[in-house]
Amino acid sequence: MILKYSIQRLLMIIPVSLAISVVIFLIVHLLPGDPIDNLIRVGSSPEDRIALTAKYGLDRPLITQYFLWIGQIMTGDFGQAIVLRRPVADLIAQNLPYSLQLGGLAFLFSSIVGIILGVIAWASRNTWGEQLVKGFILLGSTVPGFWLALLMILLFAVNLGWFPVSGARDWTALVLPVLTIGFGGIALVARVTRVALLDVGKQDFITLLHAKGLSRTAILFKHLIPHALLPVVTILALRIGWILGGAVTVEFVFGRPGLGSLLIRALGQRDYPVVQGSLLMLALAVMIGTLIGDIAQAAMDPRIREATK
Amino acid sequence: MSMLRVQGLGVSIATISPLSGVSFELERGEIIGIVGESGSGKSLTAMSVMGLLPLIGGQVDHGTIEFDGIELTSISETEYRRLRGGRIGLITQNPMTSLDPLKKIGPQVDDVSRLHLDHDKSQAKARTIELLGDLRIPEPASIYHLYPHQMSGGMKQRIVIAMALAADPDLLIADEPTTALDVTVQAQIIRLLGDLVKQRNLSLVLITHDMSVVAQTCDKVMVMYAGTAIERGRVQDIFNSPRHPYTKALIGCIPHGLSKTVRLKGIEGTVPGVAQYPSGCRFHPRCGLAEDICKQTVPVFETTGNRAAACHFALGTAQ
Ligand SMILES: Nc1ncnc2c1ncn2[C@@H]1O[C@H](COP(=O)(O)OP(=O)(O)O)[C@@H](O)[C@H]1O
Ligand code: SF4
Ligand SMILES: [Mg+2]
Repeated sequence: MILKYSIQRLLMIIPVSLAISVVIFLIVHLLPGDPIDNLIRVGSSPEDRIALTAKYGLDRPLITQYFLWIGQIMTGDFGQAIVLRRPVADLIAQNLPYSLQLGGLAFLFSSIVGIILGVIAWASRNTWGEQLVKGFILLGSTVPGFWLALLMILLFAVNLGWFPVSGARDWTALVLPVLTIGFGGIALVARVTRVALLDVGKQDFITLLHAKGLSRTAILFKHLIPHALLPVVTILALRIGWILGGAVTVEFVFGRPGLGSLLIRALGQRDYPVVQGSLLMLALAVMIGTLIGDIAQAAMDPRIREATK
Repeated sequence: MSMLRVQGLGVSIATISPLSGVSFELERGEIIGIVGESGSGKSLTAMSVMGLLPLIGGQVDHGTIEFDGIELTSISETEYRRLRGGRIGLITQNPMTSLDPLKKIGPQVDDVSRLHLDHDKSQAKARTIELLGDLRIPEPASIYHLYPHQMSGGMKQRIVIAMALAADPDLLIADEPTTALDVTVQAQIIRLLGDLVKQRNLSLVLITHDMSVVAQTCDKVMVMYAGTAIERGRVQDIFNSPRHPYTKALIGCIPHGLSKTVRLKGIEGTVPGVAQYPSGCRFHPRCGLAEDICKQTVPVFETTGNRAAACHFALGTAQ
């Protein structure tokens, strides 16, 4: 049942991706400037320019260019980078793992720490412990991530020298970027977890679980947390896009390779096939993330499985 | 020794005292009905016996609750946990929300025998399926694997009853077990509970706001009003000669049942909330027999004996 649902949802990605590809293509081509500016040697003639433009097919009508591009993509060919002169697929394959690693770790970090903090805030309700966690949650949701990143770079990288300021040599280089992206998410996840636990705790079946003689710990882990995770998973699935977006800028700030760095460089050079290819990959990643979130929900909640049958 | 003896029970939640002066006694094999309009303190009485008041931030602040010789107000939480589900089963009002919607119903029943009878997984499952059969649930082996949302309200209430019975308890507390069900199913569930008491020699506290259910099913009855007990006794005695004017009015409206929309015969107004509990006899603003003493002095409700009525002018007694 879940399998059928997953396949249906997976197939849905195709038309949505097509729609997104149109938007990506238009935005990229409507930006002022073009890749030829970055190719042409100083002092070349207007004829050289026309020849180059024709070479990359940029003189054709936009609609033709779009269909040529999307036709290529359908066959699995992302085309050739104009400025970087390499297959776009290679560039993406080289950079994507870095982004996935950073995004994935940031995601895990903010989910796990957020859920744990949320449970602690709930379990210590009506004590000073709750105030502590709530204070942290408030702080986390008001402090901007980039400000925190700068602060952390100053303290841990520049002053203490624990972690490198930039690059991607080993795992230590991941610590600061992961913290930067993950921190804001912690507060959100903790808050959603705490509210969901309070909510579920009020339901009738919890009273009956106590009446069965179950211990508070058993009720928390076997019943309260699984319920609280439902809204948390929804939030987390929505955050996948946010985190990838965060990875794009954070990669740039920390000078890490990755899809974000590639995208920003290609954008500067108006390297159309690279920009389009990386944006499409990011969109795809967001869609797959959301899909995984939905499948996880269906796996956790029989009522959702019923509704999707 | 009584199965359950409650004397002078009072409850506080933060700064309020929503329940006081509750006393009743129940022997093995007996059914006591606790009746009263909504807000009269029936559920708080049930939660007190279950030791679950902390869940709503409350506690027992007066009186004693003795279960089979054990004083429940002074045992530890660990000891209490062994009794809950093990020797005292609870059935709640709304079967729609009484089961964990994420878990199959069978394993939810299994939990009880695994916890209290030390059954392993397969023993517990076998026991659950047998129990579901006993409760007249068709095809128990396949029902076992259903989720709560796949069952009707009446079926779910049987599952809740199965959970309450799974560890062979001595006492059942059913808090309005049929209020949320279809009229046709209500009678079935009440009959089922009556049969179970006989077959298993249980004691049952049956909370209801339906006097006719009390008349048909119970041995004893306690009537509650505005957070306190106002009359108790054997069902026959109470129905033949009610002493409290409120009890009399309740019996008077049996044909309609006691829903919120039906006004009590000859009694104006509604049950006051905790903040508006009147002084003296809490019933005095609605009582046709009220005199000055009723506004000033709380009438005594005997904590022992077969019969009691909290009224300065208890009908049928020489005062
Ligand atoms: N958690 C609570 N906090 C404050 N007051 C409560 C709470 N639970 C019940 N009460 C009050 O106690 C009184 C008795 O409630 P309850 O035992 O639920 O009545 P019943 O079950 O007879 O309808 C009501 O006035 C109700 O408002
Ligand atoms: S004590 Fe007074 S007010 Fe209360 S029921 Fe008796 S007669 Fe009525
Ligand atoms: Mg109630």
